[in-house]
Amino acid sequence: MAEFEPKVTAFVCTWCTYAGADLTGTSRIKYASNVRVLRVPCTGRIDFMYVLQAFTQGADGIIISGCHPADCHYTSGNYHARRRWIVLRALLDFVGVDTRRIHFAWVSAAEGAKWADLVNSVVSNVRELGPYDEYRQTIPAHIRPGGIAV
Amino acid sequence: MTGLQDAARDLLQSGEAAVVIGFGGGSAGGARPLMVRDPTSVGDLIFDDRCVHNLAVYLLKPEVKSLGKPAIVGTQAVLRSILQLASEQQVKDRDVIALIPEADGGVRRLETLGEIEGAVSKPDAVLSPEEQNCLDEIASLSREERWRFWQEEFSRCLKCYACRAACPMCYCSQCIVEVNQPQWIPVPAHPLGNMGWHLVRAMHLAGRCVNCGECARACPVDIPLNLLNQVIEKEVAEQFGGKAGLSATASYALSTFTTDDKDTFIR
Amino acid sequence: MIEQKRMSTTSLEALFQRYKTAGWWILAPRAEGDITTFGEVDSPGDVAAGLIQTTLSPKSAVLPIWEELFRFRRGESGIEVVEAAESSVPTIIFGLRPCDARAFAALDAVFTWDSQDEPYLARRNKVAFVSIACNQADDYCFCTSTGGGPGDTAGSDLLLTGVGDEYLVEVVTERGVELAGIAGELFGPAEGMDKAAHLASVPVRFDLDRLRQVLPKTFDREELWIDQSLRCLGCGACAYVCPTCVCFDIQDEATRHGGARVRCWDSCGFSLFTLHTSGHNPREVQSHRWRQRVMHKFAYMPERLQVLGCVGCGRCSRACPVDMNLAEHLAVIAESGE
Ligand code: SF4
Ligand code: SF4
Ligand code: SF4
Ligand code: SF4
Repeated sequence: MAEFEPKVTAFVCTWCTYAGADLTGTSRIKYASNVRVLRVPCTGRIDFMYVLQAFTQGADGIIISGCHPADCHYTSGNYHARRRWIVLRALLDFVGVDTRRIHFAWVSAAEGAKWADLVNSVVSNVRELGPYDEYRQTIPAHIRPGGIAV
Repeated sequence: MTGLQDAARDLLQSGEAAVVIGFGGGSAGGARPLMVRDPTSVGDLIFDDRCVHNLAVYLLKPEVKSLGKPAIVGTQAVLRSILQLASEQQVKDRDVIALIPEADGGVRRLETLGEIEGAVSKPDAVLSPEEQNCLDEIASLSREERWRFWQEEFSRCLKCYACRAACPMCYCSQCIVEVNQPQWIPVPAHPLGNMGWHLVRAMHLAGRCVNCGECARACPVDIPLNLLNQVIEKEVAEQFGGKAGLSATASYALSTFTTDDKDTFIR
Repeated sequence: MIEQKRMSTTSLEALFQRYKTAGWWILAPRAEGDITTFGEVDSPGDVAAGLIQTTLSPKSAVLPIWEELFRFRRGESGIEVVEAAESSVPTIIFGLRPCDARAFAALDAVFTWDSQDEPYLARRNKVAFVSIACNQADDYCFCTSTGGGPGDTAGSDLLLTGVGDEYLVEVVTERGVELAGIAGELFGPAEGMDKAAHLASVPVRFDLDRLRQVLPKTFDREELWIDQSLRCLGCGACAYVCPTCVCFDIQDEATRHGGARVRCWDSCGFSLFTLHTSGHNPREVQSHRWRQRVMHKFAYMPERLQVLGCVGCGRCSRACPVDMNLAEHLAVIAESGE
C-alpha cells in the first residue's frame, strides 16, 4: 500500500493568512503540498459546518487561520470566531470527534515562514494520526470521498 | 390549585389574557399542556409534580400567538425561557403574564419582564450535581469511547425533530436542516445526517439553552441530547461568564467577545 | 378455516433454529436502553420480554427510514444510472402484535394502488409474520376501536397465544402452513386450549362506524380542529413511530462524482410538508395538518383504498411529547354530532 498522504483543508481569511501564504510562495519557502487552501473574507465567516463538510469530503485534518487579535480587517471578526471555536472544541471533544485534527492559528500577511511551519507541522501530525476513517465510516457509500462504488 | 384557576378565570373574563397556557390532566395519569380560552373551562387547569413541560414553546407558535395575549403558568424553566426569548427580541415587555403557583395554593402574577427577572432563581452552578456527574462520567471515557457512545446514541435518531419542536429556543422559521442550497446537513437519518443534526442543533443553541430538558423529554427514542447543550452551557459560563435565561437584556455570549478570551489552543 | 396447534414455550428455541437453518432472518423486539425496536435476533433469549408494545413499529422492515432507490455517477458517456441492488433476505418478523400485523395491509394498499412500488415489494414479498397475541394492554391501546383485537389473526401468518407454558398456534395463511411445516414435530393438537381467556381486554374507545359517518362532514369545522390541535407541536414523532404512516421525501445526495436518489420518511405534521415553492402553503396552520392526519387515516384511506390507516397500536399517543391522545380525539369527533 502506498504511504498515506494526509489531506488537509485550510480555511483562511483573505486579508492576513491568505496573504501570508502568498508570501510563503513568493519567498520560495517550500512546504508540504498536502494542504488545500480555501479563502474566505474573514475568520468570522467560517461556520463550524465548514469543518463538518471538510471531513465529509475527505479531509484528514483542518487548519483554520486568520488575522492576529486586534488585526482583523473588519475589526472584530476574529474575536467572534474565537468564541465560537472555544465552544465548538468543547462540543466536538465531548462527542468524541478527534480534535487533534483541527488546528487553529493566527498567521499575518507578514508571516510567510509561520505559515510554512504551521502546514508542515499539521501535515506531519495528521500523518501520524492516519486517515480519519472513524469519521468516514459515518458517510454513506454513495457520497463517501474517493468517488462512489456503484 | 383553585388560586390558579381563579387567577386564570379573572384574566380571561377581564380580557387581560386571551388564552391561559397551563397544564391539564393527561393520559395514563400524566399531565399535558392545556390551552384555556374559555373562562368556564379553567377548572381543567392543574398544577403539581407531573407538570414538567416547558410551556414557553407555545409563546412563539403562530397558532397560539394569533389568539391574543397569553398568560402562562410559570415554572422556573418557563420563566428562564421567557427571559431568554426577551433577550433575543422575541418577546417584549408585557407580552405575556406569568402565573406562578405558590406552595400555599395562591398564585403570584408577574406582568413585566422585570418582575420575571426578580422571580427567576439564580443558582450558583450552571448544572445541578446530578447533571454534572452525568457529564463527568462521559468525559471520563476515552475519546474513542465517547465517539462510540454518541454514535450509538445518534444511531437511534429518527430525524423526527420533536426535540426541535419542543424547544422554546428553536424558533427559526427556516431551520438550517431545511436549507438545501447547499444542503449542509444530510436529510436522511444515516449516521452522517444524524451526527450533523445533533451538532448543528447544539451549536445553534450555544449560550441560549435554558437547560429545561424538554428536548430530551420529547425524544421518542430517549437520546440524552440535552447533555450536548449542557456541555456547551458549562463552557460558556466558565469561559465567558453568564448563563442563559436569567436576564431579559443580556447580550448573547457568542455575539460579543472580550479581547482576552482564551486562546491557548490557537497558535 | 384456521388450523390450531399447540407448542410448548420451551420449543421456541428449536423453532428459531429451524427457521434460521431454513434461511430465514428473524427480526424481533429488542431492548435498546429504555426503548424497544425490531432488530435481528439469534435466539428467543434476545427477544425483549414482557412488553406491551415496542417503541418503534416493524414498518422499517419493509419501508426503511431511508433507502437508496438508485445510484448515479458521471461515466465515460454521461450520467450512468444503476438500480439499487436487491438485498433483502427472507425475514420472519417474530413477536409483533396483532395490530402491527394488520398494519401491513395499509402499507400494501398505498404502495400498490396505482403503480407497484418495486423497492417496497421486493422486501414485502420476503417477509412473514409470526405474531404474539396480547395478554396485556395499556391505556393507549385501542385496536378494538379500529376493527382489530388482542387476538386478531388478520395479517399474521402464524399467531401465537400464550396459554400457561404453552402457545396456542394458529396457522392463518399459506405461508403459515409453510412456516408450521418447517418445524412440524414441535406442534401437537390444540384441543382444550381456551384462547379467549388469555387475551387482554381492550375497551372500545369510540364507535368506528359513527366516526366514519361524522368525520367526512367535519372538514370545515375549524374550531373543532383548532381545539384539538392547539397543543400539537408539529413534530414528526407520531408519524415516525406509526406502523401505517407512509409519507416519504425524495432526496438526491451527491458529490460531484455521483450519488444516490434516496427515499426518507416524512410527516404531514411538519409545517414545511406542503409548502409550495411559491411560498403558498395549503395547510398553513397546525389545525389543518392535524385534520389531515386524522382524515387521511379515517376518511381518505378507507374511502379510496378500502383500508383504515390506523390499527390502534397507540404508539403515536405514547410517543407524543405533549400527549395528543389520538383515541381520545377520535372519540370527541365521533360524539360531536354531524
Ligand atoms: S434543554 Fe433542550 S429544549 Fe430546553 S432550551 Fe435547552 S436545547 Fe432547548
Ligand atoms: S427527538 Fe430524538 S429522534 Fe427525533 S430528531 Fe430529535 S434526537 Fe432525533
Ligand atoms: S395512528 Fe397511532 S394508533 Fe394508529 S396505527 Fe399509527 S401509531 Fe398506531
Ligand atoms: S401529535 Fe404529538 S407527536 Fe404528532 S406532531 Fe403533534 S406534537 Fe408531534
